[in-house]
Amino acid sequence: MPVPSLIQAAVLVVLLAAVAPLLGGYMARVFSGERTFLDPVAKPVETFVYGLCRVDARREMRWATYLLTVLLFNAVGFVILFLILVLQGFLPLNPQHAPGMRWDLAFNTAASFVTNTNLQNYAGERGVSYLTQMLGLTWQNFVSAATGAAVAVALVRGLTRHESKEIGNFWVDLTRSLLYVLLPISIVLALVLLAQGVIQSLSPNLVATTLEGARQAIPMGPVASQEAIKMLGVNGGGFFNANSAHPFENPTPLTNLIEMLAVLSIPASFTYLFGKYAKNQRQGWVLFTAMLLLLLAGFGVMFASERAGNPILTRAGADQVASATSPGGNMEGKEARFGVGGSTLFGEMTTAASCGAVNSTFDSYTPLGGLIAMLNIQLGEIIFGGVGAGLIGMLIFALLAVFIAGLMVGRTPEYLGKKIEGNEMKMAMVAVLVLASSILAFSAIASVTSWGLAGRLNLGPHGLSEILYYYSSASGNNGSAFAGYNADSPLPNLTGGIAMLLGRFLYLVPVMAIAGSMAAKKVTPPSAGTFPTTGALFVGLLIGVILIVGALTFFPVYALGPIVEQLLMQAGRLF
Amino acid sequence: MAERQAERPKQARGIKQGIASRDLLRQAVVASFRKLDPRELVGNPVIFVVEVGAVVSTFYFIGSFFNPAVGSFVFLGGIWSFLWFTVLFSNFAEAMAEGRGKAQADTLRKTKTETVANLVVNDQTKQVPAAQLRKGDIVKVTAGEIIPGDGEVIEGIASVDESAITGESAPVIRESGGDRSAVTGGTRVLSDEIIVRVTSDPGQTFLDRMIALVEGASRQKTPNEIALTILLAGLTIIFLLVTVTLQAFAIYSGTAVSVPVLIALLVCLIPTTIGGLLSSIGIAGMDRLVRHNVLAMSGRAVEAAGDVNTLLLDKTGTITLGNRQASAFLPVAGVTETDLADAAQLASLSDETPEGRSIVILAKNFGFRDRHISHPEAAFVPFSANTRMSGIDWNGSCIRKGAGDAVIKWVTSQGGEVPPDLDSVVTSVSTTGGTPLVVARDKDVLGVIQLKDVVKGGIKERFDHLRAMGIRTVMITGDNPLTASAIAKEAGVDDFLAEATPENKMELIKREQGAGKLVAMTGDGTNDAPALAQADVGVAMNTGTMAAKEAGNMVDLDSNPTKLIEIVEIGKQLLMTRGALTTFSISNDVAKYFAIIPAIFAATYPELGQLNVMRLHSPESAILSAIVFNALIIVALIPLALRGVKYRPVGAAALLRRNLLVYGLGGVIAPFVGLKLIDVALVLVHVVK
Repeated sequence: MPVPSLIQAAVLVVLLAAVAPLLGGYMARVFSGERTFLDPVAKPVETFVYGLCRVDARREMRWATYLLTVLLFNAVGFVILFLILVLQGFLPLNPQHAPGMRWDLAFNTAASFVTNTNLQNYAGERGVSYLTQMLGLTWQNFVSAATGAAVAVALVRGLTRHESKEIGNFWVDLTRSLLYVLLPISIVLALVLLAQGVIQSLSPNLVATTLEGARQAIPMGPVASQEAIKMLGVNGGGFFNANSAHPFENPTPLTNLIEMLAVLSIPASFTYLFGKYAKNQRQGWVLFTAMLLLLLAGFGVMFASERAGNPILTRAGADQVASATSPGGNMEGKEARFGVGGSTLFGEMTTAASCGAVNSTFDSYTPLGGLIAMLNIQLGEIIFGGVGAGLIGMLIFALLAVFIAGLMVGRTPEYLGKKIEGNEMKMAMVAVLVLASSILAFSAIASVTSWGLAGRLNLGPHGLSEILYYYSSASGNNGSAFAGYNADSPLPNLTGGIAMLLGRFLYLVPVMAIAGSMAAKKVTPPSAGTFPTTGALFVGLLIGVILIVGALTFFPVYALGPIVEQLLMQAGRLF
Repeated sequence: MAERQAERPKQARGIKQGIASRDLLRQAVVASFRKLDPRELVGNPVIFVVEVGAVVSTFYFIGSFFNPAVGSFVFLGGIWSFLWFTVLFSNFAEAMAEGRGKAQADTLRKTKTETVANLVVNDQTKQVPAAQLRKGDIVKVTAGEIIPGDGEVIEGIASVDESAITGESAPVIRESGGDRSAVTGGTRVLSDEIIVRVTSDPGQTFLDRMIALVEGASRQKTPNEIALTILLAGLTIIFLLVTVTLQAFAIYSGTAVSVPVLIALLVCLIPTTIGGLLSSIGIAGMDRLVRHNVLAMSGRAVEAAGDVNTLLLDKTGTITLGNRQASAFLPVAGVTETDLADAAQLASLSDETPEGRSIVILAKNFGFRDRHISHPEAAFVPFSANTRMSGIDWNGSCIRKGAGDAVIKWVTSQGGEVPPDLDSVVTSVSTTGGTPLVVARDKDVLGVIQLKDVVKGGIKERFDHLRAMGIRTVMITGDNPLTASAIAKEAGVDDFLAEATPENKMELIKREQGAGKLVAMTGDGTNDAPALAQADVGVAMNTGTMAAKEAGNMVDLDSNPTKLIEIVEIGKQLLMTRGALTTFSISNDVAKYFAIIPAIFAATYPELGQLNVMRLHSPESAILSAIVFNALIIVALIPLALRGVKYRPVGAAALLRRNLLVYGLGGVIAPFVGLKLIDVALVLVHVVK
């Protein structure tokens, strides 16, 4: 009976729907510069930071300045992280004596953490020092999430303001999202995780003697603090290679639920924040509903496919039926603690939400299950998505949906009372193109070059899925791995790193341009002739456009990858 | 619906003399080949890509003659021919739309014969060809001559036959000064003589611009068309990327795909339906306006018409019938209704205005028939702006009718008394939307004639429709607020501007625009020009001044202010058609994927045959069916593109629900059926084995 898994999913949905208005309303106050209950603690720090950095908090920026500031800030962050990674061998807090990273891996890793991707072509417990984890990676976990939040708020301002040139001040948005949102929640979350058994230690590896008498090194580290922001910031870069399947990162069913909720809560809250800014909460709930429906649909397919298991194993006499002693279904690559339900729910959530933390191995999923994970990423991480980034992607699709179908009501398409014209269409198409071309072009090149093919664990359609997944995860800034593709060699490292940077920063250029041009527009008050963007009809339209424009782009390659693999599996062939 | 049809101006007059549709077809076929010129096609990225694909496929097709290894001759021939057909059909749609305009332009051009002008130089006239006239030249036009160019009458009065432009055969009066001073080149003076100052250089006259407009020569892409083209170009690039990278994935999987098949895939995926029909939709929209005898100066104005939020409608002629009619005699205390009717009729017998005649008719109900004032002692007192009264001196008594204050002044000046109940009678008439005319005989005020505006039949329903579409109607009137509000209520407009002046009209427009709304209005006088220019859609009446016509962005040749409502509907229809075909085109892709993808990889992975949900006969027939469907759907939708999606005056939500169902869901389902039918047909005629 899948009842427990479904209950877990239901609980997650209910909690999410409850958190979104609370946190979203709070975040709207934070980004509008209004008073919050944290002011007594955070305000002095904020004022101090502005004084230190000589930021005039009242001066807002035009879109180009905002964009440039984002890019510069992240470029500096990228260089610093790259240097830490290369030089970590000479730096303190390195009890396991991790050596400096090779330049290509350092490039890939720096790109990965600056872009909120957290794709890891290294194993955390061996590849990086504690200093790197704390100062380099955790710092980037915070600021990359804060960057996403800032940019999303800037876009929301652009969409909801009128006849305005400015879209906010990046430094203020960055600082406030760190001080008022990410840090305080992370601290609480870290404490909760600690209480549940997640470790927080600076001690080197413990050495234990197993029952068989073998010696085993048990990696330790400051896990809880990084775990909190890893989930909350939708980063996903595990302290350990096993990520959230590791009991030190995700010890109990409760932490499994909390971690999922932590991932989804800020992205979901952004839809409420959007409604708040638009002065129409229904505008936000519509996006929330579309995201939720796509999430549940994805989970449904993934769960059903994994529960059905592998027919070849069934034919071979393996028992894949759930029972009191066996979780049933396709358990390859899954933690027995989570079973099919806990694994697929986490898997759906992590790929949908641009998190990339995993508690099971997608490479071992049934092809259809793996396809869903891939699709979630390739849609552009819009199903809740990353901190801020998810809302941005969804809004781009909303603009497309309004433009494609909006003419059918006999008016120039409008969103939030603003006309969508050539400039916005150009920018929205560039955004869609950046993502699609980064995924398809890099995958295509890798699939016909020896360096691209070298990292595959499997041949045939499954190998193609592995390549496709790597570049999708990089371009979509998800960061999860199919875990079958070893990308730690110069060209995959480089191309993957470039894909991440394109997917994050090149994508931001058209997005900020849209924010700027929409901010300058006049608002037409709604009337009976206005295209309705608040009802169930729009949810359906939005999902339709996402699936047709977003998903159909990848249908041909799915046919050669997961789809044919699923069909072949049914026919008894494996790769 | 029937009602609206009835209100529409009669079709097929003047410039709308159509030509035989067979001619039109033949010309369109020729034009669709001429339009294959890539320089012309490059503005349409979707169809341009198809043409490039068609050229490439031509080489493969020719190659198959000599080397069977290139591919099956029939199969490649099928792809080759239907790629070209796709381009040709798209060109044909555009040529059809343009052809209708061309026919109109030809008719117009006939009126632009070589005219000789009588140029006045230093009080001497000299004959010069009309083409040599420049702005500021003075010409003399006498009866029987054709006015050589657009201009302003500076001296004289004449009746002019403007049927060449308007199709209206009744002559119009053109005179110097005032709002009827503009004359159009190509029209003929029927009587008298006028001196005209030319106001436009050759090649820029109204007629020239009209010809250019209906021909589409000066056609530029409208903002919405540009935005849509960008979307389509973006989708084309995405699918180009999909197709090119697919080759790499195919090579990975063991078999490269042949180039013609890849081209077929690409062409099926890019939005050829809307790409092929986009420009015809725009041209057809302009054409629909011309059929309603409206000339839009730009496509931008037609689009703006669809977006209009507020309609400013002049009361007289639009909301009410042109004239007020007498509806009641309201005597003051001590006077009988019959007595009042008697006096009122006498006072109006010589009044030839429609109001005056309606008073005479109403009084007939009281038995006063067949009265003729041929009495030599009867003296008519005509209306003058000074006295603001008219009447008659007859049989020793003076009867006057006129505005309340004027009559009261007249009575009191003779020592008469104003009855105490007059004021309440006057007010009651005003509050019910009527205009009170006070009647007095000598020193006695007899009572009030109630003149009422007659609201046009069916106009209230049209305003309800407009409201359902989210359009606010504002009535513009010179009446006082009391009268205006009563008429506004009766007609069902949302708001009114009473005691309107050009200044407060302008203010109203600016206020609406300041609130983010688009405003449409009509006007004819020179003093309307600033407001016409300010409005987003300004429709000038053709009878109006040149200044008004220059200021507006549309001209209604019928000079019918009610036309504004139709113009808005045409604008909406244009945008809806674009949206419907875009949605349809994009939705079509789902089925094509299911046809082509399993077919392409049938050899590599036979298992993919399970995706062939339509059970198409063979890989070859599947690919051919897709490309044939893709081409034929353009032809099938040409009538819809030219005619426009049916417009319904319901709210946006209902409209969207319906259109999404028809063009969105329909667009997903239709090709599944169409592809299967074509596949069956291909097998039946043995094109594919």
